[in-house]
Amino acid sequence: MAEKSQVIERDALDDLLKVLREQGYEVIGPTIQESAIVYDRIDGVSDMPVGWTDVQDGGSYRLKKRTDESRFGYVVGPHSWKKFLFPPELRLWRAKRDDAGFKILEEREQTKKYAFIGVRSCELHAIFIQDRVFMGGKHVDPVYKSRREKIFIVAVNCAEAGGTCFCVSMKTGPKAQSGYDLALTEIVERERHYFTVEVGSERGQEVLKELQHREAKHDEISAAEGRTRNASEQMGRTMDINDLKELLYRNYNHERWENVAERCLSCANCTMVCPTCFCTTVEDVTDLTGQYAERLRRWDSCFTIDFSYIHGGSLRKSAKSRYRQWMTHKLATWIDQFGTSGCVGCGRCITWCPVGIDITEEVKAIRESEGGTHGDQT
Amino acid sequence: MGTFEPMVPEAYRVRKVIRELADTYTLELESVSGSPLHYAPGQFNMLYAFGVGEVPISMSGDPSQPHLLTHTVRAVGPVTQAICASGRDSVVGVRGPFGTPWPVEKAVGKDVVIMAGGIGLAPLRPAIYSILQQREKFGKFVLLYGSRAPENILFESELHEWRSRFDTQVNLTVDSASGNWKGNVGVVSTLISSIDVDVSNSLVFLCGPEIMMHFSILELIKRGFSKNQIYLSMERNMKCAIGFCGHCQFGPTFICKEGAVFRFDQIERFFRIKEI
Ligand SMILES: Cc1cc2nc3c(=O)[nH]c(=O)nc-3n(C[C@H](O)[C@H](O)[C@H](O)COP(=O)(O)OP(=O)(O)OC[C@H]3O[C@@H](n4cnc5c(N)ncnc54)[C@H](O)[C@@H]3O)c2cc1C
Ligand code: SF4
Ligand code: SF4
Ligand code: FES
Repeated sequence: MAEKSQVIERDALDDLLKVLREQGYEVIGPTIQESAIVYDRIDGVSDMPVGWTDVQDGGSYRLKKRTDESRFGYVVGPHSWKKFLFPPELRLWRAKRDDAGFKILEEREQTKKYAFIGVRSCELHAIFIQDRVFMGGKHVDPVYKSRREKIFIVAVNCAEAGGTCFCVSMKTGPKAQSGYDLALTEIVERERHYFTVEVGSERGQEVLKELQHREAKHDEISAAEGRTRNASEQMGRTMDINDLKELLYRNYNHERWENVAERCLSCANCTMVCPTCFCTTVEDVTDLTGQYAERLRRWDSCFTIDFSYIHGGSLRKSAKSRYRQWMTHKLATWIDQFGTSGCVGCGRCITWCPVGIDITEEVKAIRESEGGTHGDQT
Repeated sequence: MGTFEPMVPEAYRVRKVIRELADTYTLELESVSGSPLHYAPGQFNMLYAFGVGEVPISMSGDPSQPHLLTHTVRAVGPVTQAICASGRDSVVGVRGPFGTPWPVEKAVGKDVVIMAGGIGLAPLRPAIYSILQQREKFGKFVLLYGSRAPENILFESELHEWRSRFDTQVNLTVDSASGNWKGNVGVVSTLISSIDVDVSNSLVFLCGPEIMMHFSILELIKRGFSKNQIYLSMERNMKCAIGFCGHCQFGPTFICKEGAVFRFDQIERFFRIKEI
């Protein structure tokens, strides 16, 4: 495995997509759909948002033309990679009535073999987090696992940060450190446009062999480092995570939850766009004859009233309790459950909240009411 | 990949249906494949009514009989109604067992207090059977049971049977009664002051509506029990029972994995927070 950074020229990106397709991967990457960056099937660089960037802030998202031809000159859009590994709707099984009551019908699904192009560091961390949820416990999600084991990941190190990004605070970016097959840093200069490439796996090495590449020179490596530094310095948001779990555990009854509830519409956007949120519900359906039944799994959200329903009524009736559940889960209880934070600082929940509720601001408000950080308390 | 293995139910045939109360039925089930289902008292299964849905229901039978699965179900909505309406020889789906057990083994050598409210007696019955089957291993055995009214007393004839044993103290109470009820009236927590056990060497198993458990714990603590002697079974919405759907979260815990039976001191921090 190449330890040293390599270089490929701009147009080798198309070759990379081609090689992956030839190796049987369904290649997924950024496209523009409905005025946003959306991950979908791509056949070549021409399907990608070449020369576009995004402008993001609380409750706002806009695409804008760049002055250069960057292939990855934007950050994350409303969709994350989770929709491929953890599909929004999945049939768990199908059954038919028979003499023994019912019989589960065998199903054969060819496991999807995806190549993800342009996975940001925060998104890689989101995948690691979902790995723990779906594969780290006693039970394993077989669909997630079979897809996860086959993916080929081309990470992209961010050269610029977005207006709602805070991966530096969450220690999840902006440079991908591990867990990828190849990691690119895009460098656009006046005369040259190229990528430095880090190889993260044997498979990555094999694919790189098919492309025209060479070892990176000193000035190319430092150009790449400069891009990463630039992104680190541009974080649109910050979050002080010192003692954050205990801060929230101490403040289940904080008045700030009332305040945020007055603004929150309980629309569930934040949970849908979040790359780590994993809650689901099930739906049972039968055909008209009543002979066939199936069970579907669908993404669900802790913002719905039904989510906490038990006979007699929902446990979380107030918007306050639902927002508190979501944010406390992301930043506190997740740590006890899975050993990591449930937030990677991608900023999606801030950008896609129709009223611009900002998780970093909510943490700050609670922290400040206690008189600053509690980093020295344990 | 084929089906989603951990979510696939197994077919069980209904061998017997017992009408316990106006809205509560006990079903005795036998696996169509013939394989036994070993479980510990306090554990639950996901019961599936064909095409209608799946809900968590505790075992209510004798755990030493793994070929005969027993569940006691109160019909409160579509799925539980469909399950209660299953006739003899019909088939329901079963996934399980899930969850943590009542610590019957830990109670060996100690006095045991079992406290139940309403349908909460059903999840405790396997523990009662286990204790009575090896009665000599335990100290005093007290069962406190409260129901809304005399006509809602679950497993009434068994309660009388247990009460007639010289080695078991059974106290019943109802929230309200009219006419010829001669027993206690009042919530079950009021029975705690009257029990005769070695408080420092006993365990309490508690199951019922959250509000009933809340007041019972206050009384138990007043009586001198410490928080790590009290075990309780928690209830939340459940869609998977295998830690994936997120619905059963209670603070940092997943009730389907770390519960439903908890030692009180382990969840105390979150127990009294409203709408958690
Ligand atoms: C660990 C555990 C053990 C249980 N043991 C028993 C038992 O032994 N006997 C018994 O009668 N009941 C038991 N229950 C409660 C039983 O699961 C609910 O009464 C049942 O889910 C109601 O479903 P429904 O569709 O009939 O009614 P509805 O009230 O219409 O429910 C709609 C949906 O909400 C959910 N839901 C509603 N109430 C509950 C609830 N209390 N707990 C979890 N999900 C709920 C279910 O997903 C259900 O499909 C237990 C619950 C838990 C969590
Ligand atoms: S909580 Fe918000 S910022 Fe954190 S990972 Fe989820 S969407 Fe991104
Ligand atoms: S915080 Fe914003 S995005 Fe999330 S549910 Fe409330 S209004 Fe919707
Ligand atoms: S019931 Fe689904 S996570 Fe516990």
